[in-house]
Amino acid sequence: MSKVLFVEPEKCTGCRSCELICSYIHAGEFNPLRSRISIIAFEKTGFSFPAVCQQCSVAACMEVCPVGAISVDDVTGAKIVNHAICLRCKMCTIACPFGATFYDADHDLIIKCDLCGGDPECVKHCPSGAISYREAKTANFNKRRANAEKFRDVMEEGR
Amino acid sequence: MFAWQGKILRVNLSDGTIKAEPLNREYAEQYIGARGLGTKYFTEEVDPRVDPLSPENKVIIMTGPLTGTFAGSGGRYNVVTKGPLNGTIAASNSGGTFGPELKYAGWDGIIFEGRADSPVYLSIYNDQVELKSAAELWGQDVFATTDALKATMDEEAKVCCIGPAGENLVKYACIMNEYHRAAGRSGVGAVMGSKNLKAIVVKGTLGIVVEDPKAFMAAAIDARTKLREHPVSGEGLAAYGTNILVNILNEHGGLPVKNFSEAAVFPNAEKISGEYQTEKYLVRNKGCFGCTIGCGRVTDIPKGPFKSAGEGPEYEATWTFGSNLAVDDFEAICRANFLCNELGLDPITLGGTIACAIELVEKGIIPRATADLRWGDGAMLVDLVTKAAYREGFGDELAEGSYRLAEKYGYPEYSMTVKKQEMPAYDPRAQQGIGLNYATSNRGGCHVRGYMTSPEILGIPVKVDPDDTEGKPALLKLFQDLTALVDASGLCLFVTFAIGLPEIAAQLRTATGLDLSDDEYLLIGERIWNLERLFNLQAGFAAEDDTLPPRLLKEPMKGGPHAGKVVQLGIMLPEYYQLRGWNEQGIPTEAKLQELRLA
Repeated sequence: MSKVLFVEPEKCTGCRSCELICSYIHAGEFNPLRSRISIIAFEKTGFSFPAVCQQCSVAACMEVCPVGAISVDDVTGAKIVNHAICLRCKMCTIACPFGATFYDADHDLIIKCDLCGGDPECVKHCPSGAISYREAKTANFNKRRANAEKFRDVMEEGR
Repeated sequence: MFAWQGKILRVNLSDGTIKAEPLNREYAEQYIGARGLGTKYFTEEVDPRVDPLSPENKVIIMTGPLTGTFAGSGGRYNVVTKGPLNGTIAASNSGGTFGPELKYAGWDGIIFEGRADSPVYLSIYNDQVELKSAAELWGQDVFATTDALKATMDEEAKVCCIGPAGENLVKYACIMNEYHRAAGRSGVGAVMGSKNLKAIVVKGTLGIVVEDPKAFMAAAIDARTKLREHPVSGEGLAAYGTNILVNILNEHGGLPVKNFSEAAVFPNAEKISGEYQTEKYLVRNKGCFGCTIGCGRVTDIPKGPFKSAGEGPEYEATWTFGSNLAVDDFEAICRANFLCNELGLDPITLGGTIACAIELVEKGIIPRATADLRWGDGAMLVDLVTKAAYREGFGDELAEGSYRLAEKYGYPEYSMTVKKQEMPAYDPRAQQGIGLNYATSNRGGCHVRGYMTSPEILGIPVKVDPDDTEGKPALLKLFQDLTALVDASGLCLFVTFAIGLPEIAAQLRTATGLDLSDDEYLLIGERIWNLERLFNLQAGFAAEDDTLPPRLLKEPMKGGPHAGKVVQLGIMLPEYYQLRGWNEQGIPTEAKLQELRLA
């Protein structure tokens, strides 16, 4: 059984509640720049995208780390940074294709999503249901179903 | 300090100096933030008789202690100044992310003084604060200005600015942030324009720390849970936006039609309703910072003469351009609303002014040769928005608001204003309490100073008879004081659909460490209300200004569920003064001032 943090940008209202709870849980303050999840806002057109580590199976951040400071959590599968041995060389931030692993210069730390140990806080506090924590195997089944429903409606209308 | 960042920026536009000041702790503890704290600074520093568009007026942008925290819907900032539309104290607030970003840059607020010789904008990146030339931005609309200023910093920077309307000193120009959000009322944008201040761009990297994090998070989560579970804030507003009110007010018989001249029932209300908007044009919901509600609408008109896209329209804009002008073309209403955002205009006052002008034309008071206006013409409406913003032709007269327009032609009674500011989308003959609210609002015609529609129509927190006057003065006083506290905290007023004083006070207490009882927090709201009142009295307003247009006091409602009603202001106002601790002239007594520590 493995779960994934599943984002649905089309549901996101851009309220940034996820950034607030994440920065509070991990940094003890309210600061979007210290949040592991970021809302990328396209203000003019009102589109918002929750950007967060996808916990890749072939994780560029892990592979590029020269000292093996990033490891896989046995329970959640999250890629976890061991700050005790991390060099802050920032190679992982360069390697991550999503920009979801990044460097907090004020506190000299590499930060990325750790799935809150298997109970992600952003999921609990997202008011629009744009972030969920689901079984990996069936994570996007709701999209299949929605598409099937659309197909059914079209076909039944034509009957 | 906790929750507050403890620093204020003071920018003198006349000599170009920028100073960092420690936040006045005594002010903060007595006035909290945003509307309250901004008003305290303002009234300490500015003569109430100042000409609003002179360099001696100031513009204060202030956040609240809950702005940028986990408090649900805690993303507001306030603009405090003396407003040019009517000369009252103006406190106009806006959501989006501008307020939180200012705090992340380390500032609770900004005080602008004087007037720049040529157009400037203020650039803030944490402690790096500079005034820069806005020569190339002057004349640009809100969208182009926002694009250009983001390009100077980065895409994540937040911009608030004025459009051409503010530059042209349109009396009801607003200040816009993040393209679509507005500090909309009282003409605060014209004050910025008079100072040659085009915009503020801000980016911050700092955090906000609260005094008791565990207790604060418990209080914030409690409030958020209630917001998400309440039928209005959790379902209705999320599903249909503020336009859910169109059908509700129309069924109630309180949706004003044609400058409040007809029964407040619009036959084609369905075609301008939130349900219609959602079904035909909605792209997605949009939330302000930290908001669980997400009442904002991203709307798209895909084709036709009014092809356009943007945020809104909100209920007020839909009404003012809709039933108030007898326009039932939702696409024209949308286009007019988007243009208001791009050009920086307050739709409520613009629509109210156009409605007044149409009535004057229909009555033969304004010659058709001067302005060929008519009810129900969407294309005419869209054309007039641009004309008002640029003061072109008859637009120059519209740019002054309905009171000056109607007065010029000798019929000020057709201006549907209180203290020269246009009333919003609730006919007070259909709900007595909102009439008293309009008459006594410290910034003139306004619904968000004491939203009596909540108990009178929506039944929140208790259902009261809208036609009854009994108990309304006391209920209104409570709403006005609580609203002042909400506005001071940095919360959005919409939280009060689901939470009340205990939840608001709990968040403030645990965030700031200011250990006051619930009642003491409410007293801060009352203190703010009275401070605003004192300013207005010193600015020249008096008890006779606490009134409504004669139409609402004398002309019975012509039809609908409240047919025959007028506003019984004479019954409610004396009791209201008494409950406020004001004398018969509406002046706070010495005892009340002592109680509020205002003496």
